[in-house]
Amino acid sequence: MDHTIWHGIEHVFVEQSLVAAFAVIGGLILVSNYAAKHLTNGRVHGSAIAIVLGLVLAYVGGLYTGGKKGLADIPALAGIGLMGGAMLRDFAIVATAFEVDVIEARRAGLLGVLALALGTILPFIVGTLTAVAFGYHDAVSITTIGAGAITYIVGPVTGAAIGADSTVMALSIATGVTKAVMVMVGTPLVARLIGLDNPRSAMAYGGLMGTVSGVAGGLAATDPKLVPYGALTATFHTGIGCLVGPSILFLAVRALVG
Amino acid sequence: MIVLGVALLAACTLIGVYLGDLLGQLLGVKANVGGVGIAMILLIAARLWLSRRGRLTRGVQFGVEFWAGMYIPIVVAMAAQQNVVAAMSGGPIVLIAATGSLILCFGAVALLSRIGRRDPGSAVVEHGGSVIEGDAEPAPVGRPAASLAGKE
Repeated sequence: MDHTIWHGIEHVFVEQSLVAAFAVIGGLILVSNYAAKHLTNGRVHGSAIAIVLGLVLAYVGGLYTGGKKGLADIPALAGIGLMGGAMLRDFAIVATAFEVDVIEARRAGLLGVLALALGTILPFIVGTLTAVAFGYHDAVSITTIGAGAITYIVGPVTGAAIGADSTVMALSIATGVTKAVMVMVGTPLVARLIGLDNPRSAMAYGGLMGTVSGVAGGLAATDPKLVPYGALTATFHTGIGCLVGPSILFLAVRALVG
Repeated sequence: MIVLGVALLAACTLIGVYLGDLLGQLLGVKANVGGVGIAMILLIAARLWLSRRGRLTRGVQFGVEFWAGMYIPIVVAMAAQQNVVAAMSGGPIVLIAATGSLILCFGAVALLSRIGRRDPGSAVVEHGGSVIEGDAEPAPVGRPAASLAGKE
């Protein structure tokens, strides 16, 4: 009897996947807001707790199914994959632009460009130095791991373009994913320290951090009003990384290591 | 009408992503270059154009703002489908490269945000925050939720 009820519920969840995802995520946010209010006295943003909770569930889901898409690999929760996938994510990011104060955004334009340049070069240097320290000596592997430190898309795109082998590609992707997760969790913790409380610094932050998912999560957890400004610069980051990774950056590394 | 707001948002997104793909091809990159950013700029321009002509109705506004308000739930869903297992089991090289670049970039944000004068932000920015947070609090034009049933 119990079994048939459970089976019926699972069937509805599978059939109504996106609707089920709305309900599940809504419940998750409800719990997080309650926890933020009553357990942390409002010191931690409810959405920060929800995002961390989401990551924890993704970890549990990943262990349980052995898949790559966290909770979304559980058939009854597959709708989370659609709801949090690139299509709706980008759609919602674009929608936040409706709230942009044009004067603020224009004023910080140049700063955003500078941030984009630094946000590509700095992680790349750290990534390449780490690769060298761990015993990689060929330009292709060093560049691919360095590119992974830019974002988890730049890594494999660069690696594929210059012909890296699959273990190096996996390392490169893992570096980018780890960075994205750390940006989501770390941003609210350091926000005050780095002056991330106004549109200007949010545009600098978006360009420097790059990773759209990291920035999207980090700003949502810190202060929603900063989201469109950070997103505006961050969305250019991956494209620029894919542009310079297999070209300028690879040539520079090859010139240095021979 | 609400659907016109949603359609406007969709059109801006589609055009932006298309232009981003085109830009990528022109540059010889296997990626979309700034498609979402271009879409955001298009939407900002559309809003300015509509409001100047007095065509920015509550319905249109609500159609876009609903999706802005869905931003955080969508990001939570995005977090719930990250490959956290891979991130946790990457080993020292992954951890060092990720942490190192993160610390350096946070430091650079701190430096850059000190360039120029600091800005507390305007009322527009604050209002944007409440919309994205998902509070359906009164917009400058009035409370959309109350007018929906009757008007649309």
